[in-house]
Amino acid sequence: MRRITSPLTKAQIKNLKAGEEVLLSGAIYTARDQAHRRLCEAVVKGKKPPIELEGQIIYYCGPTQTPPGQIIGSCGPTTSARMDEFTPILLKAGIAGMIGKGRRSKEVVAAIKKYGAVYFLTYAGCAALLTQYVKEKTCVVYQDLGPEAIYKITVENFPLIVAIDAKGRDIYA
Amino acid sequence: MRTIKVDRITQVVAELCIRANLFLRKDVLNALRQAYFREKSKMARCILGAIIKNAKIARQKRLPLCQDTGIAVVFLELGQDVRITGGNLNTAINKGIELGYRKGYLRDSMVAHPLLRGKPVFSGGVIHIDLVKGSRIKITVLAKGFGCENKTALKMFKPTAGWKEVKHFIIETVKNAGPDACPPYIVGVGLGGTAEYAMFLAKKALLRKITTTTGYAFNAKLESDCLKDLNQLNLGPMGLGGKTTALAVNIETHPTHITGLPVAVNISCHALRSATTVL
Repeated sequence: MRRITSPLTKAQIKNLKAGEEVLLSGAIYTARDQAHRRLCEAVVKGKKPPIELEGQIIYYCGPTQTPPGQIIGSCGPTTSARMDEFTPILLKAGIAGMIGKGRRSKEVVAAIKKYGAVYFLTYAGCAALLTQYVKEKTCVVYQDLGPEAIYKITVENFPLIVAIDAKGRDIYA
Repeated sequence: MRTIKVDRITQVVAELCIRANLFLRKDVLNALRQAYFREKSKMARCILGAIIKNAKIARQKRLPLCQDTGIAVVFLELGQDVRITGGNLNTAINKGIELGYRKGYLRDSMVAHPLLRGKPVFSGGVIHIDLVKGSRIKITVLAKGFGCENKTALKMFKPTAGWKEVKHFIIETVKNAGPDACPPYIVGVGLGGTAEYAMFLAKKALLRKITTTTGYAFNAKLESDCLKDLNQLNLGPMGLGGKTTALAVNIETHPTHITGLPVAVNISCHALRSATTVL
């Protein structure tokens, strides 16, 4: 199985093919609905976004509270389609990949192709299992959003399935 | 008359919130295991294997099965010979939800107002109280994930519509949910009553063990007929193909008006989480 690391390079992305299973290591950023709204507002207004976007991977995830002695609470993917309206803006601003569950809109598929990015799935509804691949977690920004804040999490061999590749091939098409 | 203190109800609701979120229902786990052995597709087996492993890790590490620990929907069957003392029942249940979600390290997924939104909090579930005979209280907490709740559908059919049209609507609702709401699904269906009662029945249908029927032979036939068709859609686990699109279809019915036929569909993801205690 192919292993990839974040931040993603164009060379790494080019090799990925829809339907392929890969293992991801490195730092990724969680962001859901409200964090997307804020990030996009910043980008659209020409402000500097509060996190580095270039080459980064956004994980559509809002973890549960972290129990004592654990690195993170349960942390599975949320439905990606709710982020569709924001994704082309963030892709234009430099993000290279997204992790979530479910289908994406035609506009998102086109933007992924245009910017040479990638959309991954991970095991949906397997939030306890996925904690096992997280090595570190820190809150970066938007702490007032609670579970919807942006967390930087460092993962090791996080299991992914390539769902939409840089050529625009879609696993659900 | 038997008396039960509200504090006891708060404690029980809190425990049920945690139990529902950490321990996958046995009927659901068994259905997943059977599906795993039935599937031929490598990807479908791989995903079902991960789902089963997830239940084991959640149980062992005391972690929620899903990061979306749901909206707590509390069903109370309140015996009419019970007297509740020491405070207000609704307040006690709400306190129990907040306590359970905090203590169980579940997620603060609630906002106080649907438009104002604001900082997520732990409290604010939905409570259904039904008066029944006897002197017991049956309390059930359903931790309903909202990815699948978003796929809910209601249609008011003409009274001349038949099962064929109703089934088509159920199947279209599942197809519309597609891969987004974590298939394999458990499909709750409410037929009859009024619009809001059909919806209530659809949700209540999810509480019934998926291996059991309501006792109406006719309803059981509809359930297995619909399940068979759903599992031929080739949607499969995570929507990546396979024989397991749904683990069960649970149908509840109620008398309705000569002028209509309400049909409500409430889908649950594979992590169907509920827990019950009888006091």
